[in-house]
Amino acid sequence: MKIDDDDFTLFALPRRFAIDGNALAQRWRELQAEVHPDRFAAEGAAAQRVAMQWAVRVNEAYQRLKDPLARATYLCALAGHRLDPHDNHAMPPAFLVRQMEWHDALAEAESTDDVNALDGEVDAQLKQLRRDVQADLDERHDALAALPKLRQWMFLARLREEIERRLEALES
Amino acid sequence: MALLQLSEPGQSPDPHARRVAVGIDLGTTHSLVAALRHGHAESLPDAEGRVLLPSIVRYRDDGGVDLGHTAQAAQGEDPEHTIASVKRLMGRKLADLPDAGKLPYRLVDGAGMVHIGTPQGAKSPVEVSAQILAELRRRAEDSFDTDLFGAVITVPAYFDDAQRQATKDAAELAGLKVLRLINEPTAAAVAYGLDNGSEGLYLIYDLGGGTFDVSLLRLSRGVFEVVATGGDSALGGDDFDRALAAWVLAHAGLAVETARDKQAVLSAARHAKEALTDADQVGLSAGLSIGALKVPVDRSAFDAATRPLIDRTIAVMRKVLRDARVDKGDVQGVVLVGGATRMPSVRAAVQAHFGRPPLTNLDPDQVVALGAAIQANALAGNSREGELLLLDVIPLSLGLETMGGLVERIIERNTTIPVAKAQEFTTFKDGQTAMAIHVVQGERELVSDCRSLARFELRGIPPMAAGAARIRVTFQVDADGLLSVSAREVTSGVEATVVVKPSYGLSDDDVARMLREGFRTAEDDMRARALREAQVDAERLALATRSALAADGDLLNPDERSAIDRHLAALDAARRGADDSAIRSALDALADSTEAFAAARMNRSIRSALTGRRVEEV
Repeated sequence: MKIDDDDFTLFALPRRFAIDGNALAQRWRELQAEVHPDRFAAEGAAAQRVAMQWAVRVNEAYQRLKDPLARATYLCALAGHRLDPHDNHAMPPAFLVRQMEWHDALAEAESTDDVNALDGEVDAQLKQLRRDVQADLDERHDALAALPKLRQWMFLARLREEIERRLEALES
Repeated sequence: MALLQLSEPGQSPDPHARRVAVGIDLGTTHSLVAALRHGHAESLPDAEGRVLLPSIVRYRDDGGVDLGHTAQAAQGEDPEHTIASVKRLMGRKLADLPDAGKLPYRLVDGAGMVHIGTPQGAKSPVEVSAQILAELRRRAEDSFDTDLFGAVITVPAYFDDAQRQATKDAAELAGLKVLRLINEPTAAAVAYGLDNGSEGLYLIYDLGGGTFDVSLLRLSRGVFEVVATGGDSALGGDDFDRALAAWVLAHAGLAVETARDKQAVLSAARHAKEALTDADQVGLSAGLSIGALKVPVDRSAFDAATRPLIDRTIAVMRKVLRDARVDKGDVQGVVLVGGATRMPSVRAAVQAHFGRPPLTNLDPDQVVALGAAIQANALAGNSREGELLLLDVIPLSLGLETMGGLVERIIERNTTIPVAKAQEFTTFKDGQTAMAIHVVQGERELVSDCRSLARFELRGIPPMAAGAARIRVTFQVDADGLLSVSAREVTSGVEATVVVKPSYGLSDDDVARMLREGFRTAEDDMRARALREAQVDAERLALATRSALAADGDLLNPDERSAIDRHLAALDAARRGADDSAIRSALDALADSTEAFAAARMNRSIRSALTGRRVEEV
């Protein structure tokens, strides 16, 4: 086990999109229990520095594996296909039109019920994308096919953040 | 892990070297210090047997300083120079304090933050807090009749970087070695968790004198994982006093002008609030310069006057649960912390929200300090291995200003610390040789709505076409929750690195001056203390290194082994001498020479942890 192993190796998990969230969290706590700087409180500066690097590395991997979009993007990168977040050329027109409709609906929503209804639609779309990406990565082993779906996923994730901000604003 | 073990569980390597480490709750209204005694966390009392020290400092005309109960007694006669609730001013500028006009002090913006006018000159909140901390340090040193190894200081989870840095500066100014800043709700959970052996999701509702914090924690076999945190660093029990005072004055049709009258009404309101915890009706009375104030207050009037404050706390709780994507039904228990949670209306509101009574079996005034003491003992290296691990998060997102005054978030709130993250930026003009970097904290999109933490410039970028330079900005947040930022241009091989720590704290010169002025004793004492500390550290490291060599020496080739042995021998020689700086440099040399060894041991220990797990699973 080395600090520059990939995230899946580090967490002793199979390199696939579907993941057991409980096993991941459990493994994270076990790893932190081994490497956290507080475990080396009495061991001097060198051990502290090494422990700090490890604790940061373990947290970085955990954040990436825990988040499905980050995990999928990472799997694509491991397969040699990096996602360029600024490259929008492959976005299907129908998807872009729908995006605009949703943004307009959010801007016009007046009650939390309106926003929650919209949130439901976006969520359903996100779940569908997630299933498709999982099939691409885990069954067809075709990371290239997953890439355009990840771009759409990023769009929707951002929309989701706006929806949440709007909900907070409406509640306060 | 046997491979990392330095000594038998429960045994300190050297019985004479047990390090006394304390937990300190530096509160808005009162502060206290706790430590482990005979395996149990206990609050340490003063000579009169009192545990709570009012967080009040009075600067007298004659150059003297009163603290705690003595200062509290003078609050009525000298409100302008008797500083209470200084925690609200930590790391803050005048512009951050909308209610500054309601305070009886003369506030002016000074170096880094607001200062308070006193007969002894303008005092920074850091200096005032250091007075309180120094008193608690003396109390602890008297209790154990020894120097302290260090302290864990608690801060509200919602404190931003400037407030944390100011707190750390105050502790250092008071002559305390800060082992760690930990969040108050986390400390409370530690105190509860270890007592009750709880597992699962717990919500900590911490309403102190001046701050409100909510943290959601997952407890699992000694690991305390903060899942989400939120709060309001300007909402506390004091606000309930103010709300009641305002209601009473409106009810009586009075307006008060002088600092002394304001203080008298506030004190009367505080007494009435506390009495209403047990009584249904009390009389509020205060002697004012404009005549006597006498108003009956019943609990329902108090509840109505303070309901908006309670509603604000409920809204914060909702937001934390939403951030964590947790339903309130998943929460196993709610822990109440802070003296203000004694108010029946708070307990009723929490119970109504969760449909079950909150946990209150530990003293809400002491629970934070008790938890901090447990963590301090662990960080001093006294506790048995595997007992306790805190995994805390950053409370507010950290980011950079980009074009158009927008914020690019680099590290999201509720990310577990320690954490480091890098992002690349580029130049937007041809031939641009410098880039301004502005670090901000907060959740809003616009820089102007976030808190500015630091600004610096990266210079010496070789001239290139716009967009060709690659400037890598790295954010690192350590286990105290404190941030450092560095920037580097990577394409050209030319390196320019700047590391900033937010400059809200004190400069080294400030610290030196304040140390000269007071908190520490004579210089000889300081030197003797520095030497003793260096010797103890040297002894510890020598011992730790020898057991590491005994356990994992096979990881080293003969050259590496002889280099470490040479540095060990040099350290042994130095620690028998009386030159603390020679010991420090021998310590550093040994630490540097063992870095690769430490890394190799870490790899081995993780591999063996994994193997152990596999065997278990089979």
